[in-house]
Amino acid sequence: MDTNSLTPHGPDAAHISGLFWLMVTMGTVIYIVTMTALVVALFRGRQGARPSRFSDNAFIVGGGVVVPTLVLFVLAFATVRATNKVTAPRRDAVRLEVVGYQYWWRVEYHTPVRATTANEVHIPVGRPVDITLTSVDVNHSFWIPELAGKVDTIPGQRNLLHLQADKAGTYRGQCAEFCGLQHTHMAMLVIAEPQADFDRWVRTQARPAAAGSAVFEHQSCAGCHTIRGTSADGTLGPDLTHLAGRRTLGAVTAPNTAQNLAKWIHNAQDFKPGSLMPPVPMDPAELDALVAYLETLE
Amino acid sequence: MTTTLEPAGQAEPAEEQVEVVWHDAPGLVGFLTSVDHKRIGMRYISTAFVFFFLAGVQALVMRVQLAGPNESVLSPRTYNELFTMHGTSMIFLFNTPVLAGFGNYLLPLQLGTRDMAFPRLNAFSYWVFALAGTFMYLGEFIGRAPDAGWFAYVPLSARAFSPGVNLDFWGLGVIFVGVSTTVGAVNFIVTIFKMRAPGMSLSRMPVFSWSILVMAFMVLFAVPALTVGTALLEADRLFGTAFYDPSRGGDVLLYQHLFWFWGHPEVYILLVPAMGMISMIVPTFARARLAGYVWVVTSLVGIGFVSFGLWVHHMFATGIPPQALGFFSAASMTISIPSGTLIFAWIATLWRGSVRWSTPLLFCLGFASIFVMGGITGVMVAALPFDLQAHDTYFVVAHFHYVLVGGVVFPIFAGLYFWLPKMTGRLLSEGLGTWSFWTMFTGFHLGFFPQHILGLMGMPRRVYTYDAGLGWDTLNLLSTIGGFLFGLGTLLTVVNIVRSRKRGAPAGPNPWEADSLEWSVPSPAPHYNFLTVPVVDGRHPLWSVPAGGASGALQRATPLTAGLEAEPEPEIMEVPEETYVPFLTAVGLAIVVVGLLVEQAVVGVVGLVVALAALGVWLWRTDGDLQ
Repeated sequence: MDTNSLTPHGPDAAHISGLFWLMVTMGTVIYIVTMTALVVALFRGRQGARPSRFSDNAFIVGGGVVVPTLVLFVLAFATVRATNKVTAPRRDAVRLEVVGYQYWWRVEYHTPVRATTANEVHIPVGRPVDITLTSVDVNHSFWIPELAGKVDTIPGQRNLLHLQADKAGTYRGQCAEFCGLQHTHMAMLVIAEPQADFDRWVRTQARPAAAGSAVFEHQSCAGCHTIRGTSADGTLGPDLTHLAGRRTLGAVTAPNTAQNLAKWIHNAQDFKPGSLMPPVPMDPAELDALVAYLETLE
Repeated sequence: MTTTLEPAGQAEPAEEQVEVVWHDAPGLVGFLTSVDHKRIGMRYISTAFVFFFLAGVQALVMRVQLAGPNESVLSPRTYNELFTMHGTSMIFLFNTPVLAGFGNYLLPLQLGTRDMAFPRLNAFSYWVFALAGTFMYLGEFIGRAPDAGWFAYVPLSARAFSPGVNLDFWGLGVIFVGVSTTVGAVNFIVTIFKMRAPGMSLSRMPVFSWSILVMAFMVLFAVPALTVGTALLEADRLFGTAFYDPSRGGDVLLYQHLFWFWGHPEVYILLVPAMGMISMIVPTFARARLAGYVWVVTSLVGIGFVSFGLWVHHMFATGIPPQALGFFSAASMTISIPSGTLIFAWIATLWRGSVRWSTPLLFCLGFASIFVMGGITGVMVAALPFDLQAHDTYFVVAHFHYVLVGGVVFPIFAGLYFWLPKMTGRLLSEGLGTWSFWTMFTGFHLGFFPQHILGLMGMPRRVYTYDAGLGWDTLNLLSTIGGFLFGLGTLLTVVNIVRSRKRGAPAGPNPWEADSLEWSVPSPAPHYNFLTVPVVDGRHPLWSVPAGGASGALQRATPLTAGLEAEPEPEIMEVPEETYVPFLTAVGLAIVVVGLLVEQAVVGVVGLVVALAALGVWLWRTDGDLQ
């Protein structure tokens, strides 16, 4: 999967990559000119020092003051333009909230219906999205390189990120602010889909689970996880009401298969050493029943 | 106690008589008690290089882990400890002190005096640095190395998320080492203002000395912010205050502001002396005077000022309103103007001159070609929108290694090849030096250039591994190979230095035909530096006819001067005898720091008593230092 900031799939990332290419072009020219001057300077006095047609001041003021000032003016103009583009408020934006946890993301929708999920952000394609960002523990940073720049999630603070996907697809990103032992495995997926599919998905997420599970509710699971519609209402870990509909486990650490799920429950530390989910010892029959139940949570 | 200045122009005293006055205690006693700026300077440099190689090994171990996807050479915890100690060591324990070491060794020689203004404070400063460095590494030896990054952002570094003593080794160590940097800066400033040889007006002072002056003032304004930031962190950790705890009304970003108010100027605190070195070496090998002396000095001072207006560019992604960020974005770009001025001053110097090729010059050219690239990527990340993509990715890792390795480590190596012959009396091998340079240069680009691309491809910093299939594999492998090549290159210089101690050709006083006063004395420089303190009548004292001397070395003393023009003062400064007092004061402070670490008041009080007692003895006998 690509996470290349230079293959933008949304206007925000496109403005930034445009600015990047402008700067790289200007930078390359400046570099080549400066290095050429250096090399010529090194070799022109081979046969002994030769007087220069340019005065020292002409060199220094020209190369060190005038040219950089002109270049910076162009650059400042381009920077201000791109800044205005990526920070401008959007009309008709889809609003959602992402909350950073060690080491996963809680995703909350308030409209059109209230819904909660984790590590997967679904958005309608072609529409602006405003993401409010905060954290419950340490600093993290939310970043989908193909769609937009990054913004930190900071406890006690609510930051805003604009993004938009112009093409349906799955975009990967990962936490960009060092947040502890499993900073490495704190990725997320943004899934851009047509408006109708998105609406259907949100409504699904909003529904409670059809049934509960004795194992889930009596084992330690319910202490940390919520399954809406059952008595499990823990809030330390991800909401699992629609776990089976997600593509990955452990914030894009492993594909969401029954086998991985069983292994994850047995000892999440094997996948993600340092994850806050402790090993859950249970007998195989219980584990099978639990996995079978979780697999029904579409 | 002060005495009057001897009449100028007297005959040179005999060396044998002078040696008796300036005797050095041999062995361990001399090691612990010396206040000679040259011994202290060399000690700074060699201790700093120990940390350089430790940090280098840490980097290579990390590169092994990252050579391919999903490697498991290191545990996540070990990886976090390694990158924390790598950054901490390179900034606090290598780059800063190694430059202080060059400053210590060279400043009195370049200024034409016999020691620093406060020789005992100078020794104290070294001991604090050595003990603070050891303290920070103690955690590593007992398996409790700090692991929250060299910047230790809250809340991750708060007790709630980092409960062990690991972070206290970092926090207390940073406060402790700040003492060394601060007193060192005061010493540099007073030495420059009071002890330049008669006639060395500020407008005749060598550019390296100027760069040390700028660096020292920057330290005085920047380090307090770091000390406060870290002290508040330690207060939160040890005493349960809530400066940075948002759940009790504290503010997370306050820490970042304090840290970067020091942290950004710190980059220039390192770059300015490095550029000062380049400004000495380039004219020597161009065999021409430095072009635009006034431009160069003005640029160094300008960098010093502007660098205090950039710190928020480390915080572009923290949600500060874009209107405020615009100021810091613009300020960050303008620093390229004084930097560009310096580059073109050096090019103009070479343009007029006739180059003599040598290893120090090679390292200067390596500096220029790498640093200009780091400057260009620096302007790029100063552009706010682009930084939102590049921030905290390998693009930034590449950028600041281009700046700090290209801009500081290469000049330090240039400085080693240039000034080590002065320090040891032996020339280094040009052949080995050339090999070392080209290995380092190639290894550097191979190691760090691919990291720009990795960052653009979405690879964040501080990850201990990555998945296959993201397209990051080959570039990471190249980067690892380059890292090892760079490491090999630095080892060739070590071999060169070791070899030179026995087999190096004698250097003589001025092997490079350079123009500044350190080259007027024998190599290695004698304890008293100058038999008679010179009188300076121009910017290039060794390239003009030498003037008469001012003060003989028959007393353990050196003349004082005043004002911009360095006019002789009626009084002179006595250079103190060797003493244990600075060492003991530093040890006392180290015990206080350990007391805070283990949270035992008794230990702290013992340390305080030791430090105060030593300080008492120190202040009782003030006759040595400048008053």
